Amino acid sequence: MLQGYLGEYTAPLIHGLIHVAVRLCRDAWLQRRAQAAPEERGERGDTSVLAGLYGPAEAKVSKELPDRAALEVLLRPKVGLPGVLERSREQLLRQTCEAVVLGVLHPRTAISLVLQVLSDAGSLLSCCLNAACMALLDAGLPLAALFCGVTCALQPDGTILLDPTARQEQEARAILTFAIASSDRKVLMATTKGSCSVEEMQQCLAAAQRAADTIFQFYRDSVRRRYSKC
Amino acid sequence: MIEVKASSLCSVYVQVGSLYGRSILELNLGKHLFCYISLEFPHCSLTVLLCSFVRCFDSQIIYCCGFVLAGFFFLYLAYSGACILTSLSLCSRTVEPLEYYRRFLKENCRPDGRELGEFRTTTVNIGSITTADGSALVKLGNTTVICGVKAELAAPAVDSANKGYIVPNVELPSLCAERFRSGPPGEEAQAASQFIADVIENSQMIVKEDLCIANGKLAWVLYCDIICLDYDGNLLDASVFALLAALKNVHLPLVTINEETGLSEVNLKQKNPLIIRKHPVATSFAIFDDTLLIVDPTAEEEDLATGTVTIVTDEEGRLCSVHKPGGSPLTGAKLQDCITRAITRHKEVKKLIDKVIKSITPK
Repeated sequence: MLQGYLGEYTAPLIHGLIHVAVRLCRDAWLQRRAQAAPEERGERGDTSVLAGLYGPAEAKVSKELPDRAALEVLLRPKVGLPGVLERSREQLLRQTCEAVVLGVLHPRTAISLVLQVLSDAGSLLSCCLNAACMALLDAGLPLAALFCGVTCALQPDGTILLDPTARQEQEARAILTFAIASSDRKVLMATTKGSCSVEEMQQCLAAAQRAADTIFQFYRDSVRRRYSKC
Repeated sequence: MIEVKASSLCSVYVQVGSLYGRSILELNLGKHLFCYISLEFPHCSLTVLLCSFVRCFDSQIIYCCGFVLAGFFFLYLAYSGACILTSLSLCSRTVEPLEYYRRFLKENCRPDGRELGEFRTTTVNIGSITTADGSALVKLGNTTVICGVKAELAAPAVDSANKGYIVPNVELPSLCAERFRSGPPGEEAQAASQFIADVIENSQMIVKEDLCIANGKLAWVLYCDIICLDYDGNLLDASVFALLAALKNVHLPLVTINEETGLSEVNLKQKNPLIIRKHPVATSFAIFDDTLLIVDPTAEEEDLATGTVTIVTDEEGRLCSVHKPGGSPLTGAKLQDCITRAITRHKEVKKLIDKVIKSITPK
């Protein structure tokens, strides 16, 4: 499993505030075409992001859009104040969410998505994407498709590693993060760090699209588990 | 578009844009001949029913009647069509900008006359700011971006004692476009600054170790200020190009550390150009209606687009950055098309930069 299991769900608060905690567990299973080093298996890092979705609520007159909902994403790092990196990630997340949320059904409203990084052990952006999608799902917003985040690391010897740890990310010569849509496995968002050749990018994309199936199955299981309890 | 269909023997169907009318001459099985004219418009329906009973079965008379009626209809159309056609094209650009654009895109071109894969005229002016260590002004159509590089000395960071710093900053002042208000940098400016920092890091165009003067003691800091003077879309392409041109123009003085005093001595007479290892070039695309990709969007096109993609390539054809911040989903094949176009663009830009640098180097 790309992600071992879902952490605790908190009970929905009044006015539809839903909190979703997504936990990412490292697993040697997802290392494709690479020998799993024995010390990696022992490592159990957790990347945790808490997502809170508020809305559709009344928007400030300065922010409201006449024909659709105004989506706002706030990403708070674990330490320090949000800087330029967080702003650029917020823009990526916001435009990804805007592509799937059917905002035209809720004009002149505001939807706020707040993401708090609890711990970072690698693949942070894809964890934020997954948390954002699950929050949208849990809040019951009308969506055109689901999306999931997958991070691929290209190691110096050319092998592709999915869902890398922080150490693997540092050693990799390129890290590519994709958001894959559920409807037809198309690329919703792509961002790269480091340089790679075109063929390598296509291979990473193909690997990410295959891994997306696993994540969507995980979404399905989590939602089923949640609604079978209560 | 006027379409005239004559189906079977006795009906004429005419369509002008969304206006259509039928003139049907029907021969009833019985002894009656009905002539039925119906004129339909999008806004109102006007039905004129003309019945004429002709007990004569002479087919020649029937044909004559049909053509006469069709003739009347055409006359009417000619009069009203002219008015409607002019009103159809008048309301489009401001009232329905997307429809207006779609009409051009259907013919595989854009309102400013460009093809879908054509860039605007790119001009570059290097070394215009004499107070900066390096500068460049880039115009991509109407989009004007200026980059100024200032070099200062600083102590390197403790954990990377042999590395200098490169600090890019993109500013979108309120003078460049109406949408930008004065005050702290907005999201677009901050995202653009992060993008430029990522491009410098990913492409390794300047290796930070080259900026170090004395390990752990002294290193260069390059402050790259990219200011947009006129925003007409495609900011990222112009910024990357301006940065590359400005860095090629930078000449740093030789700095030595006096061993006895421990102070740095700057020799302003002897200047060396920066070592630029890679030349990244950005190409931006706008996605329309989930399928069409157009290159180098203007501000109007960016507003109408459903997504954007920016590809940064270097001279070896390697990808330095694939930046697709959300928007319409794309298949891997479409991304591949973008990358191919980006590689072609890189060659054009590299030629331009080399020409300009050669023209300013003193012989």
